[in-house]
Amino acid sequence: MSVLVNSKSRVVIQGMTGREGTFHTQQMKLYGTNIVGGVSPGKGGTVHEGVDVFDTVADCVAATGANVSGIFVPPPYAADAIMESAAAGIPLTVAITEGIPVHDMIRARAAVKAAGTLLLGPNCPGVVTPGECKVGIIPNHINKPGPVGVVARSGTLTYEVIQGLGQAGLGQTTSVGIGGDPVLGLSFTDVLELFATDDASRAIVLIGEIGGTDEEAAAEWIRSSGFDKPVVAFISGRTAPPGKRMGHAGAIISGNKGTAQSKIDALSAAGADIADTIEDVVAMIAKHLGKAVVAG
Amino acid sequence: MKLLEYQAKQQFATAGIAIPQGRLARTPEEAVAAARELGGIAVKAQVPIGGRGKAGGIAVVGTPEEALTEATRILALSIKGYPVTSVWCEKALDIGQELYLGITLDRERRRLAIIFSAAGGIDIETVAEENPERIATIWPDPFAGPRDFEIRQLAFSALRTAPELRPQASKIASGLVPVAKALYGLASRLDALTCEINPLVMLADGSLIAADGKLEIDDNAAYRHTDIAAEIAADSAAAVAAGHGEAGGEDPFEAEAVKRGLTYVHLDGYVGCIGNGAGLVMNTLDLVKAHGGEPANFLDVGGGASAEKVRNALDMVLLDPNVRGIFINIFGGITRCDEVARGIIAARDQLKITKPMVVRMTGTSEAEGRRLLQEAGITPGVSAPEAAAAIVKLTAEGA
Repeated sequence: MSVLVNSKSRVVIQGMTGREGTFHTQQMKLYGTNIVGGVSPGKGGTVHEGVDVFDTVADCVAATGANVSGIFVPPPYAADAIMESAAAGIPLTVAITEGIPVHDMIRARAAVKAAGTLLLGPNCPGVVTPGECKVGIIPNHINKPGPVGVVARSGTLTYEVIQGLGQAGLGQTTSVGIGGDPVLGLSFTDVLELFATDDASRAIVLIGEIGGTDEEAAAEWIRSSGFDKPVVAFISGRTAPPGKRMGHAGAIISGNKGTAQSKIDALSAAGADIADTIEDVVAMIAKHLGKAVVAG
Repeated sequence: MKLLEYQAKQQFATAGIAIPQGRLARTPEEAVAAARELGGIAVKAQVPIGGRGKAGGIAVVGTPEEALTEATRILALSIKGYPVTSVWCEKALDIGQELYLGITLDRERRRLAIIFSAAGGIDIETVAEENPERIATIWPDPFAGPRDFEIRQLAFSALRTAPELRPQASKIASGLVPVAKALYGLASRLDALTCEINPLVMLADGSLIAADGKLEIDDNAAYRHTDIAAEIAADSAAAVAAGHGEAGGEDPFEAEAVKRGLTYVHLDGYVGCIGNGAGLVMNTLDLVKAHGGEPANFLDVGGGASAEKVRNALDMVLLDPNVRGIFINIFGGITRCDEVARGIIAARDQLKITKPMVVRMTGTSEAEGRRLLQEAGITPGVSAPEAAAAIVKLTAEGA
C-alpha cells in the first residue's frame, strides 16, 4: 500500500528535454517508474532518451493515458505547465521547479483547485513509493519499502531521514516532499489525511521548518481528527533569526509568525514526538514500531 | 526588491492613486528649495525599513529655514543600519482621518489578501494583535481580481468598529473602490508581495490620498521587473554622486553573495556553515547552536554542487573576519561526496585555508569522500551532531 503514486502510475514529464528533465527522467526510469511520455512544445513526434515526446499534455494523455505529471519546466513557464496538466485532467501534478513567481503560483494553484486535481510542490523533491514509482529527484538508492509514511518540506532532510530509516531497517510506504515555497499545493494536513487511509503506513515522520503555519494546521488536524498513528516531528530553523529568508522562499519568520517554537509547541500538544536530530527521528520511529535500531 | 517610499508613490501615481505633491532632496539645499516651492512640508528619510518616524527620520517644517535644519539633521542619520541618502519633501496634508489599505500574501489561503482598517498610521501587525476586530480582509479571485461589492463589504466591515466614522462610511466605501482596485492591479502587475498604503489619508474634502507607501517585489519575479531593479540601482548611484555612501545599507556580505550567485545569509556568530539543501543547512545551524556555538552564516550550495561551487562557497564564508572555523555538512544524493571532498581539498590548498574545518558527509560515495579527506588531513565525520560538537570545540574562545 502507498499514497499518491504506485506501480500503476503512468507518468508524463513536462520539460523532459531540458538538462534537469533529461537527467531525472533517466533516473526515474532506472528506478522503474513507468514514464509514458514527455512534453516539450514544438518537439512533438520525436523520441528523447527512449521516451515519446508530445507537443501538449492533452496529446500525451490522449495517446498514453498518463495519470501523473512531473514538472521540470523553468520558472517563467512552470505555472502555465501546472495549469496545462490540470486542464488535461491529470489527477496528480508534481512540480519540482524552484523559483516560480508567487503571483503565478497563486493563479496556478487556483486553477488546480478549480480542476479538482492535486498538486504536489512546487520547489519540492517529489514523491516515491519504494519499489514502485518515483516522480521527482529523490535519490534512487536510499528508498526501501516498509511501514513508515514520510512527509517533509525540505529535500535534503527528507533524504537524510529516508536513509537513516533504511539503515535502521525501517522502510517507507511513501515519501512525500511538499516543498519549500510559500504557495504550495498539498499541505501537511492533506498528506496526513492520505496516510490516515493507508493501512500500511503505521507511523509517520513529519519534517517541518520555519515559515507559515502549515505545521500548526497539521497539529490542529491531528488533534481534531483523532489521527491515531504515531507521528514523529522534526522542525528545522530553530535558531533562524526573524526576517531572514533561509534558502527556501517560504522559510522566513515574519513578525511573530512561523517560528519553530510555535510549530514544536503545536505538534507536541497534538501528541507528536518531537525529535531534536535526524538520529532521534529514526530512534523514535523504531520505538513506535517495536524495532531495535541497528547501526549502519 | 524593496522600493523606497518615493519610488512606491510614483508607482501608486502611475496606477491612478492620488499622492501628495513632493520633491526628492539629496542635499539640505534641495530640501530648502522644496520648502520654498511647496510651503509647509514633511521631510521624510528614504530608507527601505519601517520605524523611521520613531528613529527621528520624519520632521514637519513650516519654513525654508526649518527645512534646512531638519534636512541637515535627517540626512546625517543612519536608521537601523541604513544611512539616509535622500529625503522626500512632501506638501503637508490637511488630514481628516488616517486609514490603512494593504495587499499581502496569505500563505494559508494561497491567495492575495486585501486588508483594510480604520486604524491607519500605526503598524498593522500591532493592530492585528491588539484589536483584530478593527481589521477586515478579503481574498479576491486571483483571475478576476476584487469586485466593487467586495471592496464595499471590506470597507463597511472595517468601519463597523469605528462608529465615529459612521457619517462618512458611505463616502469612504465608494472612495475605496477605485483605490483598492488600482492597488490590487499594481500589486499584480509588479508581482508585489507587500503593497501597502499606511496611512491612506481621508482629506477634509473626503478624498483619499496615499500619505505613505511600502512596496516589495517578489525576487522570483525580478526577471519581469528589470526596470525597477534599474531604478533602485540608479537611486544608489545618485546617492553616491551626491556625496553619500551607497544607499543600499544592505549587508555587504549578502550583497557579495548575490554577485557570486550563492544562497547566503549573514549572521552574528563565528562558525561558518555550508551545506547542500536549505533544510539541511538550517539544521546545521541548529546543531551548532545546540552545542553551544554561534553560526556565522547560512550557505546552501544546492544540489549537484561542483568543486568550483564548493571553492566559491568556502571563499565566501571566509570573507567574514568573525569566522573562526567552518562546518561543512553534505548529504550525498545526486551530489557525490567524493566530488565535494575534492572541491574542499582544492579550495583549502588554493585559498590556503588554515582555519579549522569539520566536514560531515554521508550518502553517495561517502567512503571515497571520507578517504580523500582523511588523506588530505581533514577529519571527516559521519554523525552531524558529533561533527557539530567538534567544530564548536575547535572554534571556542582560546581554542
